[in-house]
Amino acid sequence: MKLKIWRQANVNAQGEMVSYSVSDVSPDMSFLEMMDMHNEQLIKKGEDPVAFDHDCREGICGMCSMFINGEAHGPDRLVTTCQLHMRKFKDGDTITIEPFRANAFPVIKDLAVDRSAFDRIQQAGGFISVNTSGNTQDANAIPINKHDADKAFDAATCIGCGACVASCKNASAMLFVSAKVSQYALLPQGKVEATDRVLNMVNQMDEEGFGNCTNTGACEVECPKGISLENIARMNKEYLTATIKS
Amino acid sequence: MAKLDSKIPQGSLSEKWTNHKSNINLVSPANKRLIDVIVVGTGLAGASASATLAELGYNVKTFCFQDSPRRAHSIAAQGGINAAKNYQGDGDSTHRLFYDTIKGGDYRSRESNVYRLAEVSTNIIDQCVAQGVPFARDYGGLLDNRSFGGVLVSRTFYAKGQTGQQLLLGAYSAMNRQIGRGKIKMYNRHEMMDLVLVDGKARGIITRNLVNGEIERHGAHAVVIASGGYGNVFFLSTNAMGSNVSASWKIHKRGAHFANPCFTQIHPTCIPVSGEHQSKLTLMSESLRNDGRIWVPKKLEDVKAIRAGQLKPTDIAEEDRDYYLERRYPAFGNLVPRDVASRAAKERCDAGFGVNKTGEAVYLDFAAAITRYGKEQAHVKGLDENNAALVKKLGQEVVRAKYGNLFQMYEKIVDQDPYEIPMMIYPAVHYTMGGVWVDYNLMTSIPGCYAIGEANFSDHGANRLGASALMQGLADGYFVLPYTIGDYLSDDIRTGPISTDSPEFEAAEKEVKAQLEAFINNDGKHSVDYYHKKLGKIMWDKCGMSRNEKALKEAISEIKALREDFYKNINVPGGSEEFNEQLAKAGRVADFLELGELFAKDALERTESCGGHFREESQTPEGEALRDDKNFTFVSAWEYQGEPSKAKLHKEVLKYEEIEVKTRSYK
Repeated sequence: MKLKIWRQANVNAQGEMVSYSVSDVSPDMSFLEMMDMHNEQLIKKGEDPVAFDHDCREGICGMCSMFINGEAHGPDRLVTTCQLHMRKFKDGDTITIEPFRANAFPVIKDLAVDRSAFDRIQQAGGFISVNTSGNTQDANAIPINKHDADKAFDAATCIGCGACVASCKNASAMLFVSAKVSQYALLPQGKVEATDRVLNMVNQMDEEGFGNCTNTGACEVECPKGISLENIARMNKEYLTATIKS
Repeated sequence: MAKLDSKIPQGSLSEKWTNHKSNINLVSPANKRLIDVIVVGTGLAGASASATLAELGYNVKTFCFQDSPRRAHSIAAQGGINAAKNYQGDGDSTHRLFYDTIKGGDYRSRESNVYRLAEVSTNIIDQCVAQGVPFARDYGGLLDNRSFGGVLVSRTFYAKGQTGQQLLLGAYSAMNRQIGRGKIKMYNRHEMMDLVLVDGKARGIITRNLVNGEIERHGAHAVVIASGGYGNVFFLSTNAMGSNVSASWKIHKRGAHFANPCFTQIHPTCIPVSGEHQSKLTLMSESLRNDGRIWVPKKLEDVKAIRAGQLKPTDIAEEDRDYYLERRYPAFGNLVPRDVASRAAKERCDAGFGVNKTGEAVYLDFAAAITRYGKEQAHVKGLDENNAALVKKLGQEVVRAKYGNLFQMYEKIVDQDPYEIPMMIYPAVHYTMGGVWVDYNLMTSIPGCYAIGEANFSDHGANRLGASALMQGLADGYFVLPYTIGDYLSDDIRTGPISTDSPEFEAAEKEVKAQLEAFINNDGKHSVDYYHKKLGKIMWDKCGMSRNEKALKEAISEIKALREDFYKNINVPGGSEEFNEQLAKAGRVADFLELGELFAKDALERTESCGGHFREESQTPEGEALRDDKNFTFVSAWEYQGEPSKAKLHKEVLKYEEIEVKTRSYK
């Protein structure tokens, strides 16, 4: 198999695509296990292994982030890179592997990028201001409509991987931000500070240098957790209401 | 070193925590601003502790090796979190949760800690709901519960199969609020390299910035270790790739006792290893055992034919199948506890009945459940119950609704349709009950150094019940440590900032740098993974699901030899002042190579079988685990003495005042 991988020594270095061939790939391997094996082969040859982010390898931590053959997390749907398996490729294929690219995601090394912009957006308002004293009211004191609770859950399953940003031609983070805004907007606990939340989070998103949303819907297609565009519509409504109020 | 003092408060069990909280020293809000606390790790325990300490007013510095605190491995927990809310009115209570946890732990945990855990469990649910954690609800809008293994009530709260993710994101959001306020300073992509002691107290840590390799000093009045468990000593486990023992091991080498290292949970239902390339294992939730039947063929020739691809499991006639759990444990059947189910699978595979090419897999078969549900549905809908195709279709729909996401995950990984062909499963390392020894206040044997969550040993004894890990992590972080740490810090209100210019920091930093340079400059021939895999194989073969004296002794000498070879022949590419994953891994594997030896030593010392620790020498004539309460009702707390083989054993004798110690039986 042939691999074309983005190599970049650090944030300031010039990067380039480098070709490799990798042998002994088994169809049962996960994509990252193929990358592990390739790295072992590079180490043996005295070459620098390819840096990439990964941790849980079961599709939930959101750390893995490869742009494979022009798609975030590769050709399979509703999976992260770590859940992609080599049986999705054919013997002799050339696979192109790039980092998640966006101005707001500077490359650290090779395929690893800095996504701390996402953390800063959450710090601007992605929370409910309740102290963790345990002296809150009983959990069943406020019944929540199951439909809303389920919708809030669906929005909350975002893993913060950044596939939406990498897939968007404008590198917009609207799907990511709207998932958090929606989760809280749908729950009574989150309504109290809904106005400030949406304004602060959107403001931070703009400051981080993410692009605008032009409704192409690429983010929804590539999202490994199937986060719906409906969340963007909900955030736009929340934002409009908040702007009028303030 | 002084004898172990677990500092259990006086009074009756149900009053200990309340009394203790009333009697310990507090730090005034104004003085909290003068005190710094370091937290290492951002899973449920670390994130919740960081958030609460910051809310109380302390200055918190929090560290994680991942690119964001939200990625810690608590995120991968599937099933749920226990709490004695008794919302279902089915007789649950603090006492029942306490009792189930002690019994599930095979009577090897500390009564007072477990009782406190059960007591604060209800606050966790209230807290999480207030934070906006989207738990599952029923149509009336109230919280839903389900049941888990080893208990007789429904006390498990859940958020589909992503409970850990939702709870962690809740704690992460509480942290974010404090980061935004400037009360937490967050250090992503930082690894703790060592603990610094000044005058015998924990006063800071040395870290490495994983992006640029910079070595940094951080001072504080107390250090909290919340870095999780050490399952990756086995190389293959359900832990994340980066999960490691290093923070716990560094404090152990600085004086913290390490307790019960051999208590490891091996989860029975994981996807089997597919080949040499395997990097980690994936869990299939325990809930599958409600409907799946576990079996292997009765005849060895059928096994051979299956492995050769000449027969499919569905070709094996009913009378030629061995449903070994139902055969051995008629009362509990497929729902025996995790440790028992795992050992039974190993017993069959060791006897040659494993059904995949590695010989390490058994079937988990849903065909019977599909037929049962299908007939029920046909009956309800007034359709023909004898139409096999229809029954199968209806049955599959029910199974899809219950376990659809797990079946999909299995299909993605194995490339087989579990609705048609039985799943293959095998046990895998999942959780470590052992960990850093702590007293009732969660303080280690180093003054000012605390350990919380999976990193400590305190609550699960020799076996953990399902849905209790999340409970313990959040209990420690939200509701226990923030109280108890004040008692210690009340002496530090006049200390002032901890300087990092002291000779102690200097010396620790020098040691860390020397080790990193030694790795980089070593002109060896083997990669880090080469050693990690070798260590994992020794651990799995000789300290795994069943252990004996001979194998444990071999493990001790093999691990020692492997460690020596590691330092001679390790090859770490690149430099130390750059993003270098291999270098970070080398440090972690170096610590696993020491822990592994202590693990085997602990297993050798404990000649009884209890919970997840099965010594072949200590079993009943029927092959069941045999506890030795007379000689082993204690916690093994190991004191570091230069190298693992010289570690000194301290015993914390466990006293059961509320609970009668009994034998567990599932027959």
